[in-house]
Amino acid sequence: MSTFAMTWWAILAASAVCFALKLAGHLVPDHWLSQPRVARTAALVTVALLAALVGVQTMTAGHQLVVDARLPALAVAAGALALRAPFVVVVLAAAATAAVLRALGM
Amino acid sequence: MPPADDDGVRRAIRQAVSVSVATGAYGISFGALAVAAGLDLAQTAALSLLMFSGGSQFAFIGVLGAGGAGGAAIATAGLLGVRNALYGVRVAPLLAATGWRRYAAAQVTIDESAAVATAQPTLAATRAGFWWTGVGVFVLWGASTILGAVLGDALGDPRRYGLDAAAPAAFLALVWPRLGGGRAGRTARATALAAVVVALALTPVVPAGIPVLAAAAVAIVIGWRGPAPEPVPTPVPVPDRPVQP
Repeated sequence: MSTFAMTWWAILAASAVCFALKLAGHLVPDHWLSQPRVARTAALVTVALLAALVGVQTMTAGHQLVVDARLPALAVAAGALALRAPFVVVVLAAAATAAVLRALGM
Repeated sequence: MPPADDDGVRRAIRQAVSVSVATGAYGISFGALAVAAGLDLAQTAALSLLMFSGGSQFAFIGVLGAGGAGGAAIATAGLLGVRNALYGVRVAPLLAATGWRRYAAAQVTIDESAAVATAQPTLAATRAGFWWTGVGVFVLWGASTILGAVLGDALGDPRRYGLDAAAPAAFLALVWPRLGGGRAGRTARATALAAVVVALALTPVVPAGIPVLAAAAVAIVIGWRGPAPEPVPTPVPVPDRPVQP
């Protein structure tokens, strides 16, 4: 199977999984999922996945750990978040930082 | 859509509109990044219409863009979508939707719709907030995704514009509100730190996409064995910053 077809299958399968999860919340008796332990674990899984994605997308290239323009860009994003900047400003500030540093040869 | 017949409902609709517009800009960045990750316009649009959960979508293209296998991308997107099930548990009794509306409600059960709905003072405002936010975000998110994909295609090399730094910044913005104060915040910060360390340590030795999943396993261990139960934080809608699509 081609990469193109594989991507389509992955999109459809992942979308089905995401919809099934949303629907489960609407259909199951609420005492199933409202256990504090389930809720706490789900919240922490979200935190861990997002944090891991931040790390991997900032400091890796393929299978290597690298430090490049993305790291200072992320620091700028963190600063913007600390200053309560809107989401779009945070993302644009990071992109602009990386773009400028690369233009300067980093 | 319930009629706008009182102040509470009107306020809920205003909140819904501002949240929907705020996610539009976020959708442009998703569209551009999806194209940069190697997806085409149809695939990018399909993700926003079918998957319709910002965190899951960003994670999905992140894993694929890094050369990860389809299975790892599906697992990551699915795990990030688990919280939507919990939102469904919270909003379903308030909506009391039946028939096809229940399926429509499920599809638009995301951070924003749950946040706006649960923040309302009356049942009518809750329902108005949920539907207006859910449908509003769905429409604007889809439209802005397509716009972003077209723009991203025209831009060329995403690294020149720093777009490869935009994705981790987006993830940081999504996780930021979850690292706040209190004991829950401390546990979340410790989990986040452990997740980063595990993911980076595994990157050189396991296939792409797996380090992020391993980080999720860390969270499951911490969450399941955790101390006394903590209340689940209710997302608070911030008009100028999406809580988390």
